[in-house]
Amino acid sequence: MAHPLAPSIATGEVETVVGAPMSYWRTVAWRLRQDPTTIAAGSLLLLIALAAILSPLIAPHDPSAGSIRLRLAPLGTSSHPLGTDEQGRDMLTRLLWGGRMTLLAGLTPVLVGFVLGTVMGVFAGFVGGLTNTIIMRTMDVFYAFPAVLLAIAISGSLGPGLWNTLISLSVVFVPRVVRVAESATVQVKSLEFVAAARASGSGVWPIMRHHLLPNVLGPVLVFSSTQVSLSIILAAGLSFLGLGVTPPAAEWGLMLNTLRGSIYVNAWVPALPGVAIFLTSMSFNLLSDGLRDAMEIRG
Amino acid sequence: MWAYVGRRLLLAIPTLLGASIIVFAMVHLAPGDPMSALMPVDASKADIEAARRAYGFDQPLPVQYLRWLGRVAQGDLGKSIATRRPVLQDVYAALKNSLVLAVSASLLSFGIGIALGLFAAFRQGRVLDKLLSAVAIVGVSVPHYWAGIILIIIFSVQLNWLPAMGAAAEGGAVEYLKHMALPTIALALIPLGVLTRVVRSAALDILAQEFVLALRAKGLGRAMVFAHVVKNAAPQILTVLGLQFGFALGGSVLVETVFSWPGTGYLMNLAIFQRDLPLLQGIILVLAMFFVVLNLAVDLAQTLVDPRIARH
Repeated sequence: MAHPLAPSIATGEVETVVGAPMSYWRTVAWRLRQDPTTIAAGSLLLLIALAAILSPLIAPHDPSAGSIRLRLAPLGTSSHPLGTDEQGRDMLTRLLWGGRMTLLAGLTPVLVGFVLGTVMGVFAGFVGGLTNTIIMRTMDVFYAFPAVLLAIAISGSLGPGLWNTLISLSVVFVPRVVRVAESATVQVKSLEFVAAARASGSGVWPIMRHHLLPNVLGPVLVFSSTQVSLSIILAAGLSFLGLGVTPPAAEWGLMLNTLRGSIYVNAWVPALPGVAIFLTSMSFNLLSDGLRDAMEIRG
Repeated sequence: MWAYVGRRLLLAIPTLLGASIIVFAMVHLAPGDPMSALMPVDASKADIEAARRAYGFDQPLPVQYLRWLGRVAQGDLGKSIATRRPVLQDVYAALKNSLVLAVSASLLSFGIGIALGLFAAFRQGRVLDKLLSAVAIVGVSVPHYWAGIILIIIFSVQLNWLPAMGAAAEGGAVEYLKHMALPTIALALIPLGVLTRVVRSAALDILAQEFVLALRAKGLGRAMVFAHVVKNAAPQILTVLGLQFGFALGGSVLVETVFSWPGTGYLMNLAIFQRDLPLLQGIILVLAMFFVVLNLAVDLAQTLVDPRIARH
């Protein structure tokens, strides 16, 4: 029986209190919905992603079918609203198809970095000692190379191709995430509630699962989201150098490369793939800014 | 302080060794036989084997690494397969050109970026702040190789004001500066955006601290408050400056390719496509050494600006 002095609480209210950790994410989602910039960037990204995914259905032409008579048609040509490329292939079609490769090559390395980096960083931070020193010193070595140089050097050694792009960019992003995850873990580990959990007999895994991970994931998520834009610029940059996806596949960086020589004939059509890279990378930056503010994480 | 400097110097040694292992591994784990690029197509099996022994490619990798490291320590980076010139000589010439570009792009972006960031912070929430933040986000999002192409389209193709390609070997300083202008701007865009954002947020953090309120309550003028904020934000800004200078030098590969600027990036591109492995290895190694030293210099400069850093 309830204590006579206890205020009567409806079961529903009790549940809200119990579900308090959920409400953080609800607050984050609510804040994101309140921010017009985030909504605009998110919608644009959704549009770009949908266009890329649905390109086989919505593209007006065949991405590899060209016409020698219709090379480098200007913007606004009938049936080719965005013009044609140096082989007379429809630009709109190739931009739609190209998004698939660029998004795939840009997003995968950050995802790999997020998963592998978190695992390694939390492990290093939690175990500490010599293991930590070995892992973190190894990561420091990768930090000796600026991102662009490391990606190009690895891709250059491995040779062109989508897989090699994914490998080289993952090597760039894993150490970065490891650093963030490790320092967050070390910080959380020293907090009193972890000591309390340990004192009350919690094992290693429950502490990791219930105390470390939830507190580490936030900063790591925000940091990883800031890296997406760089990853997309680098992925397109590698194929711009001829180190990424190989022709005749459509990819924004590769299109920029093959069209580069045509700027003296038709100035603005060759610039279009860059517009696509720029809009995508800017939307990801705005989104990650919004996420950081909504999650109230400094970084 | 000196103990910290010493420890930091010692720590740079394993990093340097580690970087050399990565560079060596990168090139030697690459698919394809290094001999295929080295020998004529019609070379006999016996000749190829003889050359393989002569280059030491028949030895186990750790042995090859140690021998290579020994030669590198004596300043011998081997010879380019394509040109037969010593790698160090080619890399040295290219590095000079890259440094010219990286330093000018850094000066441009650091100057403007720090000014814009501080402006934005002191006008937080006002129209100017929003405008500058928008400029900054465009800066960090722009693919710099594309920006280079746009600059060529506008200033070379349409207006015909500035040259699109190469570095001027003759024609004096004016011609040289004209060739530098577009690649410098293209390379400066991303650091400019990054700096504006970082400086703004660093200055805002400090403006929010109580001591600033105390300074203002004490009746200090705007200029003095400004000076205090700059001084306290300096260590954080310094770190970013180091990173961004690294970006300007390492990231110039793409911009140099767009403008055919004869720097390390351009050379690296050549080395990659001619499968000139000694040259590729040499460029990456020299750049990596440069960055390790740069990071070290930034760390040490930070302790000069803020001696508290050395204490923990």
